[in-house]
Amino acid sequence: MGSLNFLFVATTASYLAASILYLIAMIAKRPQAGRTGRWLLLVGILLQATCFALRHSSTGGTPVTSLHESLAFFAWCLILLFLLLDLRFHLSVMGAFAAPVAFILMIASGLSPNVVIQLSPLLKSWLFPVHIIFAFLGNAAFALSFGAGVMYLVQNRMLKSKRFTGIYQLLPSLDTLDKVNYTCLSVGFPLMTLGIISGAFWANTAWGSYWSWDPKETWALITWFLYAGLLHGRLTVGWRGRTAALFSIIAFMFLLFTFFGVSLLLGGYHTFESFSAV
Amino acid sequence: MNIIVVGLSHKTAPVEIREKVAFPPTAMGDPLQRMVTLPAVSEAVIVSTCNRVELYAASRQPERAVIELKAFLADFHNLDPAVLDAHLYDLAGVEAIHHVLRVAASLDSMVVGEPQILGQIKTAYGYACEHNTSGAILNRFMHKAFSVAKRVRTETGIASNAVSVSFAAVELARKIFDTLENKTVMLVGAGEMCELAAKHFVNNGVSKVLVTNRTFSRAEKLAAEFDGTAVNFENFREQLHRVDILLSSTGSPDYVLTAKKLKEVCKERRYRPMFLIDIAVPRDIDPAANKIDNIYLYDVDDLQGVVQANLKERQKEAAKAEVIVEEEVRQFQTWLASLEVKPTIVALRRRMDEIRQAELEKTLANLGELKEKERRAIEAMSAAIVNKILHQPTSILKQASNNDDGDSYLDAVRTLFALPVEEDNAGELADE
Repeated sequence: MGSLNFLFVATTASYLAASILYLIAMIAKRPQAGRTGRWLLLVGILLQATCFALRHSSTGGTPVTSLHESLAFFAWCLILLFLLLDLRFHLSVMGAFAAPVAFILMIASGLSPNVVIQLSPLLKSWLFPVHIIFAFLGNAAFALSFGAGVMYLVQNRMLKSKRFTGIYQLLPSLDTLDKVNYTCLSVGFPLMTLGIISGAFWANTAWGSYWSWDPKETWALITWFLYAGLLHGRLTVGWRGRTAALFSIIAFMFLLFTFFGVSLLLGGYHTFESFSAV
Repeated sequence: MNIIVVGLSHKTAPVEIREKVAFPPTAMGDPLQRMVTLPAVSEAVIVSTCNRVELYAASRQPERAVIELKAFLADFHNLDPAVLDAHLYDLAGVEAIHHVLRVAASLDSMVVGEPQILGQIKTAYGYACEHNTSGAILNRFMHKAFSVAKRVRTETGIASNAVSVSFAAVELARKIFDTLENKTVMLVGAGEMCELAAKHFVNNGVSKVLVTNRTFSRAEKLAAEFDGTAVNFENFREQLHRVDILLSSTGSPDYVLTAKKLKEVCKERRYRPMFLIDIAVPRDIDPAANKIDNIYLYDVDDLQGVVQANLKERQKEAAKAEVIVEEEVRQFQTWLASLEVKPTIVALRRRMDEIRQAELEKTLANLGELKEKERRAIEAMSAAIVNKILHQPTSILKQASNNDDGDSYLDAVRTLFALPVEEDNAGELADE
């Protein structure tokens, strides 16, 4: 476990360092700092990927069963997608959102008990990792669309009120932010859909029914409908800009509740403890 | 050696005076030649722009040079020296260095941070080189000014925001649309400012221009200028769904575009953003339009506000630039002071003596036991060699201090023998 701990700490440290650099880039207007931050994030996800691989080989299972593991995996998905977006849209400022969030997720992960939950044989299936990976990547994409939405609203507010603060120079154009919002949505939605479908199939092999209206399933479905609505609005009605940004922020609130709130407040078989208990 | 500046600028002289003392760029040879023939002036550069006319000179007699340069300026332009004098400033030494570096860094410009001045100074220096009126001092000095200007530009944000209304409009458009390529601009009415803004938009990538005017022929004329299309004023509203950026400046007393109409247009455009610039007074576009989602409406005051804010930002950056300039002034002053004869000769002697001592020690150590007399003979010989070698250069350097080209010898000696420029004594030596 020694090397695992080391990799975990090193990953957290590189996310922290990247966060600081991105914040410096934003506050002190030094874009070079952001470029270094990007490299640190790249190092971070490579370290973390090694961490996952080691964990997989030592436990033999999908390394995303406990809260500890899933928070870390979420951070990884978030940074991976952020780096891909940055490559396409040059969104260095968004690093000041993605990197700190990833860092906080890592800290939260470090604070939650580092246990390896052995899945009961009943739940072991290739569908489980598929379900998890799709769901988490989808969530990460939506988190970034949330970030882009917030940035859009800030930029829009400044352009409308004609009062500009320091961040105005750094924020990308409205057009870029809207495109990012759409890209995240169009990547996140199919991932989420596949996540839900694969989850349903997995449930069928494990419990013998595709859908059992467990609280997490219900809330996930509500969130799915919200994103479906947003996608529909964008494609057919021509929603864009502020409307789309606001919508993606609200939908993300539902997603957060589905991800954290349901597990903590409502229970059901999606809670981490229940995996071994079933 | 001293740097001298004599001149006037927008801060000290109105345009009526400035235009009288301007030097035509086509005939710079004559004034430059006349400047260097002034007894107290050894090198000359003339900077002449619409906002400033300045004579830069290197001189050993600063007070005399200032008087001569002022007289030259009045004489050359046939002006009454008393009238001209009221508008002239004269600077020497550190102050002159400071002034020129600030001018080159665009800190003394009417619009702080505007980039043209550097190019104008480079051109002025080009003329001086062409006519051979710039020597060791001004060559080094002008290059210093260029590098300081570059440093200020890269290390501060002094030139990062638009400070003209039409550039501000282009920058805002970029923040909305990202790129202006494939965007359509429509001009409603034809004002000078509108035209200028449209020109900026076209230069920055806008591909399609529509022009409308109550007088169709004027619309056609303006459209031709931009390779655009003229639209009938009666039905220009039907074209609005194609327009991304609209510049309006009609003389109409009422709104030409209502918020209601724009709301319809917005829907027709499937909510793609629109940037409306209303330059007209009274305004052409209902200000309520700015409340519509995806419509960004700016009137003249809004744009002025952006420009003012940017200017304020520039002032902040200018403070940072001043620090850089101070630093560079000190550096240049140190170099200039090192060009005095006495310290150069002292430094040269010291360098030679160091070499002599080092070699002497090595040789004596290798020779082993020597008689006192032999040792002294070797020492005397090494000292004699150094003295003989240094005799001629020293006397030439002493003479050179009286010649105009003396500084190039001093500079050469410093470079050839890698003599250190000592910061500590610099101030002291400069006073001598």
